[in-house]
Amino acid sequence: MKYMTINNRKVAFDDEKNVLSVLRKAGINLPTFCYHSELSTYGACRMCVVEDDRGRIFASCSETPRDGMVIYTNTPKLQHHRKMIIELLLASHCRDCTTCHANGTCELRQLALQLGVSYVRFKNYKEQVPIDETSPSIVIDQNKCILCGDCVRTCEEIQGIGVFDFAYRGSKMKVTPAFNRKMSETDCVGCGQCRLVCPTGAITIKTNFRPVWEALADKNTRVVAQIAPAVRVAIGDKFGLEKGRNAIGKLSAALRMMGFDEVYDTNLGADITVIEEAKEFVERLEKNENLPLFTSCCPGWVKFCENKHPEMAKHISTCRSPQSMFGAIIKEEARCNPKDERKTMVVSIMPCTAKKGEILRPEHYDDGEPVVDYVLTTSEVSRMIKEAGMDLSQITPEALDMPFGIASGAAAIFGVTGGVTEAVIRHVVGDSTSATLADISNIGVRGTAQVKEFEVTVGDRDVKIAVVHGLKAADELLTKMEKGEVYYDFVEVMACKRGCIAGGGQPLPFGPRTKNARYKGLYKIDSKSQIKISQDNPIVMNMYDTILKGKEHKLLHNQK
Amino acid sequence: MAVIKNLDELKAIQSQTSERIDETKCRILICGGTGCLAGGSGQIYDKMCELIKDDPDVEVHIGPEIAHGDVTVHKSGCHGFCEMGPLMRIEPQGILYTKVKLDDCYDIYEKTIKKGEVVTRLLFSKDGKEYEKQDEIPFYKKQTRLVLENCGQIDAENIEEAIAVGGYQAFAKALFTMTPEEVVKEITESNLRGRGGGGFPAGRKWSQVAGQKEKIRYVVCNGDEGDPGAFMDRSVMEGDPHKMIEGMLIAAYAVSAQEGYIYVRAEYPLAISRLRLAIAQAEERGLLGDNILGTDFSFKLHINRGAGAFVCGEGSALTASIEGNRGMPRIKPPRTVEQGLFAKPTVLNNVETYANVPMIINKGADWYKSIGPANSPGTKAFALTGAVKHTGLIEVPMGTTLREVIFDIGGGIKGDGKFKAVQIGGPSGGCLMTPHLDVNLDFDSLKKLGAMIGSGGLVVMDDKTCMVEVARFFMNFTQNESCGKCVPCREGTKRMLEILERIVAGQGTLEDLDLLDELGNMIKDTALCGLGKSAALPVMSTLKNFREEYVEHVVDKKCRAKNCKALRRFVISPELCKGCSKCARNCPVGAISGQIRNPFTIDYNTCIKCGACEDACAFHAIHIED
Repeated sequence: MKYMTINNRKVAFDDEKNVLSVLRKAGINLPTFCYHSELSTYGACRMCVVEDDRGRIFASCSETPRDGMVIYTNTPKLQHHRKMIIELLLASHCRDCTTCHANGTCELRQLALQLGVSYVRFKNYKEQVPIDETSPSIVIDQNKCILCGDCVRTCEEIQGIGVFDFAYRGSKMKVTPAFNRKMSETDCVGCGQCRLVCPTGAITIKTNFRPVWEALADKNTRVVAQIAPAVRVAIGDKFGLEKGRNAIGKLSAALRMMGFDEVYDTNLGADITVIEEAKEFVERLEKNENLPLFTSCCPGWVKFCENKHPEMAKHISTCRSPQSMFGAIIKEEARCNPKDERKTMVVSIMPCTAKKGEILRPEHYDDGEPVVDYVLTTSEVSRMIKEAGMDLSQITPEALDMPFGIASGAAAIFGVTGGVTEAVIRHVVGDSTSATLADISNIGVRGTAQVKEFEVTVGDRDVKIAVVHGLKAADELLTKMEKGEVYYDFVEVMACKRGCIAGGGQPLPFGPRTKNARYKGLYKIDSKSQIKISQDNPIVMNMYDTILKGKEHKLLHNQK
Repeated sequence: MAVIKNLDELKAIQSQTSERIDETKCRILICGGTGCLAGGSGQIYDKMCELIKDDPDVEVHIGPEIAHGDVTVHKSGCHGFCEMGPLMRIEPQGILYTKVKLDDCYDIYEKTIKKGEVVTRLLFSKDGKEYEKQDEIPFYKKQTRLVLENCGQIDAENIEEAIAVGGYQAFAKALFTMTPEEVVKEITESNLRGRGGGGFPAGRKWSQVAGQKEKIRYVVCNGDEGDPGAFMDRSVMEGDPHKMIEGMLIAAYAVSAQEGYIYVRAEYPLAISRLRLAIAQAEERGLLGDNILGTDFSFKLHINRGAGAFVCGEGSALTASIEGNRGMPRIKPPRTVEQGLFAKPTVLNNVETYANVPMIINKGADWYKSIGPANSPGTKAFALTGAVKHTGLIEVPMGTTLREVIFDIGGGIKGDGKFKAVQIGGPSGGCLMTPHLDVNLDFDSLKKLGAMIGSGGLVVMDDKTCMVEVARFFMNFTQNESCGKCVPCREGTKRMLEILERIVAGQGTLEDLDLLDELGNMIKDTALCGLGKSAALPVMSTLKNFREEYVEHVVDKKCRAKNCKALRRFVISPELCKGCSKCARNCPVGAISGQIRNPFTIDYNTCIKCGACEDACAFHAIHIED
């Protein structure tokens, strides 16, 4: 065991990769803007500077810990320097804090408070640039950017896309897509992972709640809500609920109080997705054609595959995503019920910013009408609940509306990486005894490994499956597949690391502990639910005999 | 050209070429340095060629082919005495003609070439004394030219001439008589320190690279000389490219590297074309490429042109730029010796450092250590510019005093000015003043004074220089050249520049001076890279040494050097003014009025302080108020 002395206290460490990690382990949470354990060390914000016994000042994020080091983290000099760095950042930053979208989550503002920055002695002469609202998913406001580069590295290192990079030098430097392109002209898939790491309001969600509020107030519009799996374990974050707790009952009550006419569960769409995707997979297996099958639930992934591996896009399942299947059914139901003169509007409540882009794609339209009208992210709905003056923690839970309020546990785990695959395997195996379910869960489908590979026997055939999350990892896997280095029959891809629970629209801030709580929360819902397999969902099976009869292809598959 | 297959062939070429050069009756070496080229040395070269051509008795050979006639004209590298350019050296007499004009060519040809007479009006003269021989001119006499030894003396576009003066001999010695370990040991013992600014021992760097597990290694030369006014490295690359290439070859042999890169800024087109030519000739001769000199040692050398970012002179930014990425310094560790170019172990030295290597191998570490102080042995090239009589490129032993450099070699302050300060080390350095004149110029002595040798820029300033303006100039440079990565450098230098601009515009306050100090200290302590850490040094050192000038600017709104335009106040002396109205007629804003034959007056509310009136006045009646 090695030791270093931090603020006159001896601290043990072993293989921490930098001094900052040792400090954090020792309970000293030095402020940082540009340090994220999952990203490469950039070392630009200089907030984490420490001083050694020789008076040398260095950034702790990029210093290798050495036995016998003597470090001070809070000398007057360091306090002064940190404060000045914040002052300098604030000086070149738009200071409309009260009206900022990141009001409440802004780390810059938080740190200014924490370090007691009470004045800014410099004027902001920076030329103001127009806000880029061309993406359906995120809004870029360069005036609020502090150039920490977190989005640049996230997009490049985690998602393998690299939409942004730095341009220009010195104080004219900015983060921008190549050639100053608009976001809509880039390969952005709308996953919103950059928004999660942005410490300020430079990258925010493209909000849609204004038109939804208007529809809610309109008596001639029937506003139907559907709630995605990963929303229920995150919506409580902003209301002091325990992290990862299932708050769907409270959310359902709150939505009704806000004026939603019906509140349903996207999990029902997920159950249908399982059945349709399994059907498609078995068909392809039998014919031994167009394998592997790629899952199609994640719009970020679908767009990424089309952009970067267009020749592989044919492998993507023709199934619509759960929100689209569900929306299509609601719209069809409305068409079958002409007595109701109200206009039906489907609003999806999603953990995802890419879903906002998905509903605009032509294949998610039926008869010229979008199957889902608006997507609200968990964050937006949190704000709407607050705007309406409600506190989720005080609301008595209510059940979802029937008939579309029942779903299997298999659908709930769609919100984590491996969930879709596990649900499909359960369906294909078709045995809901606890022993079989346990066997399936231990097959290698669970966990947070970047790529999970395993085999399942379907009929007389060993099926090779891969589950991958994070687009960079997916990109690498696809490249290997293209080269013929690996082969799979079924590949599940989720654009966001760990799946929808860490989606780009989830409430901020959240770190590894919250992600873990959400992850466990979804599996808990599954273990508590009485229906374990999608085909055991009575509503779903009934729908195949009624509303879906003869229209499966039109409503549930992509209309290209 | 035939491939040199072994040591004997190399030696044969050396003796043949030097014999040929010795046999040559007359050699005319025209300075091809950028300064002289700008002064018209290109046309002079053409004219001389033409003149010699007209003479049926003289055989002329120009260009890469070695001349064997009586008279040859060569384009040589920088002779160093830029103030006196364009320069022309006549061999074998060793005459140096200064400030040569196109019209002088005929005289030179008729008198010197044909009759052996000296054209005295073209000789350098000082205090009534004319200096016929180059070596006798004080500017050269006080120097120790080792790195620059051949600059201006050989044809930089001809490898044979480089070989003739001993080029590639040190490399051959290392290759045939020394093991790589012995080479590293020799360099380590010589205590050669990096000439790029930091002064890191080259031997230690080499041995660290040699000790890495990874077997793919690179040797990179930093030729991204970006300091304003510095041109030491450029002169070596233009004047004696083979010396530097030889240094890189020795380094490659010492650390078992297979490939090398020379990173040169694109603003040095002549250096690039000469390096290209040098590499091509060395490849043709089998001194670069596969199986060099018939051994199994192979080394390929590439040139990479930088797009002119100052920050690319920083090691990790430079390697990033070669890799095709944005030139931005990265955090260390890993250091360049562990993971440099393409994440492989890399020896990164600057041009001058490599140019020192061959002579150390040739003459040994002990000889090298005998020059200059023990902790910083060898010589250092400086680009001497500013308010000094003899600007130019000089080379002196480390430890030479500033006084010797400025007053003996530089000939003292230009005009009637008084020495005020010298900015050393470019935008990353600091300023030294009269009390520092006898300080030894070496790495450690300067560091103690808050200055640095840097790459070797020396800007001499006299009492007509405003130190606040100097600080503003360097801060403007640093701010423009900041890569923008870390907050202290990006935002801090911007704010310091704003404050300095305010002060020179007469709008500063005493609080601004404290703020400058505060910002400077923060940048020095927290910036990411070496360039960032030193970005505030020019301001901090002038603020410390010339605080009273700063205070005058903000309190009295005065610039004692009369340099800051906003703080100037033009006055018309009534006793000198003849009332001719010329000033009023020249004033672009109509700020001057008066009655003819009576003293005129300036309306200060309208005056824009342009100085047109002062220039126009025939009676010296208008001056800037003290």
